[in-house]
Amino acid sequence: MATPILMPALSPTMTEGTISQWLKNEGDTVVSGDLLAEIETDKATMELEAVEEGILGIIIKPAGSEGIPVNEPIAIMLEHGEEYSPEDGLLTTSQNEISETNQNMSRENLAEKKTDLPPSDDSFSNAGQDNPSSADQIYPTLKSKNTDTAPINEPEYAGPTTTLTVREALCEALAEEMRKDEKVFLIGEEVAEYEGAYKVSQGLLKEFGPKRVIDTPITEHGIAGVSVGAAFGGLKPVVEFMTFNFAMQAMDHLINSAAKTLYMSGGQMGCPMVFRGPNGAAAGVAAQHSQCYASWFAHVPGLKVISPWSSADAKGLLKSAIRDPNPIICLENEILYGQSFELPIDDNFTIPIGKAKIEKIGSDVTIVAYSSMVNCALEAAEFLVEEGIGAEVINLRSLRPLDTECIINSLKKTNRLVSVEEGWPVAGLGAEIAAIAMEKAFDYLDAPVLRVTGADVPMPYARNLETAYLPNAAKVIDAAKSVCYR
Amino acid sequence: MFQPKTKNKSTKPMPDPTNVLSSEELTRYYREMLQIRRFEEKAGQLYGMGLIQGFCHLYIGQEAVVVGMQAAAKRQVDSLITSYRDHGHMLATGMAPRGVMAELTGRKGGYSKGKGGSMHMFSREKKFFGGHGIVAAQVPIGTGLGLAHQYNEDGGVCMTYYGDGAANQGQVYESFNMAALWKLPVVYVIENNNYGMGTSVSRASATHELYARGTGFGIPGVRVDGMDVVAVKAAGEIALNHARNGDGPYILGMQTYRYRGHSMSDPAQYRTREEVSQVRAERDPIDRVRQQIIDGKYASGAEIKIIDDEVKAIIADAAEFAQQSPEPELSELYTDVLVEA
Repeated sequence: MATPILMPALSPTMTEGTISQWLKNEGDTVVSGDLLAEIETDKATMELEAVEEGILGIIIKPAGSEGIPVNEPIAIMLEHGEEYSPEDGLLTTSQNEISETNQNMSRENLAEKKTDLPPSDDSFSNAGQDNPSSADQIYPTLKSKNTDTAPINEPEYAGPTTTLTVREALCEALAEEMRKDEKVFLIGEEVAEYEGAYKVSQGLLKEFGPKRVIDTPITEHGIAGVSVGAAFGGLKPVVEFMTFNFAMQAMDHLINSAAKTLYMSGGQMGCPMVFRGPNGAAAGVAAQHSQCYASWFAHVPGLKVISPWSSADAKGLLKSAIRDPNPIICLENEILYGQSFELPIDDNFTIPIGKAKIEKIGSDVTIVAYSSMVNCALEAAEFLVEEGIGAEVINLRSLRPLDTECIINSLKKTNRLVSVEEGWPVAGLGAEIAAIAMEKAFDYLDAPVLRVTGADVPMPYARNLETAYLPNAAKVIDAAKSVCYR
Repeated sequence: MFQPKTKNKSTKPMPDPTNVLSSEELTRYYREMLQIRRFEEKAGQLYGMGLIQGFCHLYIGQEAVVVGMQAAAKRQVDSLITSYRDHGHMLATGMAPRGVMAELTGRKGGYSKGKGGSMHMFSREKKFFGGHGIVAAQVPIGTGLGLAHQYNEDGGVCMTYYGDGAANQGQVYESFNMAALWKLPVVYVIENNNYGMGTSVSRASATHELYARGTGFGIPGVRVDGMDVVAVKAAGEIALNHARNGDGPYILGMQTYRYRGHSMSDPAQYRTREEVSQVRAERDPIDRVRQQIIDGKYASGAEIKIIDDEVKAIIADAAEFAQQSPEPELSELYTDVLVEA
């Protein structure tokens, strides 16, 4: 029987791939383990092996085919002596039907639908993600009309723009700042020759050499301490944690050495450096690799904490962080790395640390979010329009210092506040935001502040439990309606 | 014991000071060590008077280690970093006794404006990078200072001090690995005073040759009599040259002894009075140098007396300053949290 070969998901966050080359031709006999093709993913070039023996019947996607969604057929395998007949229907997947279903989807069953249906409809996707195993169902990405939203509380940028993934934007920020200041260097596990576990540092070793792009052993506690020492010694280290989960091994240096030294020295010895890496929920990696540390770091005086959402955030904030004379924690998000946004073409473009951005104007309820939760908040806001509720979405961007002025001004207008975070509820960012709202705008509140957070449990592995753990648009919609007494 | 540079298997033989040192050098070491001791004795007094609070770890007994190392170092180039038992290191780099003592009393005139205390003082000018209160945290930081010396190609070496207690922290070995891997200019100076707080080395460490723990990383290490400033200086020169020449890190295991408790509140019941008295009587680093000076006729008793009086006056002045300097302004509570860009 003819069997389709599907574009495989070769990493937890891969949504699409490119066929670099076919290593077998149509009609070739293959046995299991033979290399069929080279596939370029969001991170690397991987080899595709044959699982079963047979004949490579038809190559559907020739070499050079780009942006092939995961699970789309790329070739047909035939058994010996078999011929392919299109009537088998192997090539007709139900993509169109799915799109229609999604378009008609009501917000009541949004969460459920998202687990069942690939959100290939472009109201959820800007990159054709339709991999059922991808986390992008949990965080459907936004169509361009949202990501294009011009800065509302910032001077408008009128220059030329380009579209980059968050990953590429981070890499550009690093490269530009390293060109500008030779004291800046990147250090971490797999940052140089491997070009980053998440491919953020692509090309940097080639441009800057091993002195400035330093591969380390797996030794987080040591790297953090060594980098603090390098900062004391006049350098500007950018430390990449493969993920912030591993930064727990280094916590003493982040807090006791980096954050406190300026104060303990009476202002004499600063620690100009950046600790960066993916934070928050990844997809399907369970409790030890999937956790948001935002409130942990935001708690600490002496640190600045940033958490970019868009490519412009990522580039503008990371550049500001590298130039800043203080220790900065840059909490990135693995799932956002592959998401594309427009951003200015301008080497001098930076975003000030401590300024939130209103991503969408509304007058009925303020939704405060950061990092991937901005996707969630914007999606909810779109559905709330149908309910006649105008939600104002604030992308915090910086968690310490927190732009309380922006939050309070919005609250004074909407009189209602919902916070969204992936982290745990207890002593989280939302708890802080609720306290600030009460202290600074108590008389403006028409309803209690509601928090949408991760569940108060370690992150589960099973897909349905993981989905239930995380905030999603439906939960934000419920909270927003609730504070509007709807 | 891993000792590739010397065949001697025990404490390095004390070089004849008459061949190595001038009278100026010997008397300078005497003055520097005495100043540390008198400073620490005064700090102990002020603590007893309630003028110094919190943790206060005195260096009395260990003076030869830092004075000998500073004698071997290039002072304008080499950096140093240590733990919370740091007053001696600060004075040995030339930091002002007034500023150190005023920090102990929590006053505006202290090196950290009264915001750091005994364990947290720094001087970029003197290349002293703290003063760290978390046991062994200074070891990777010192290794990173070595990375900065290498990166900046400034010819400097970071002398990274830690105690026998810190030697059992994992981050020491993470640091060894990177320092050896990248041939960083770092000299690890273990001040083995035989007690990590109240626990002796024999009760805390599976092997007692802490200087040999770099063996697995290919880092040479030697045992040094840390009560002998001349031996310390000689070993320090070998180690610093090794690191400065691009041959990577080096470990010096200083056998030393603290006469006082771990901190002021330590009743020191884990050792006998006789043990302390015996070390004082037989191995005291300051008595030893004084004897060398007298035996070698480098200075007369009267000249030594002049040094003693001068040191006493400096310390009295520092103590006076530390009591007269005002407390920091309340507005200082909220300053120095972040560098304002």
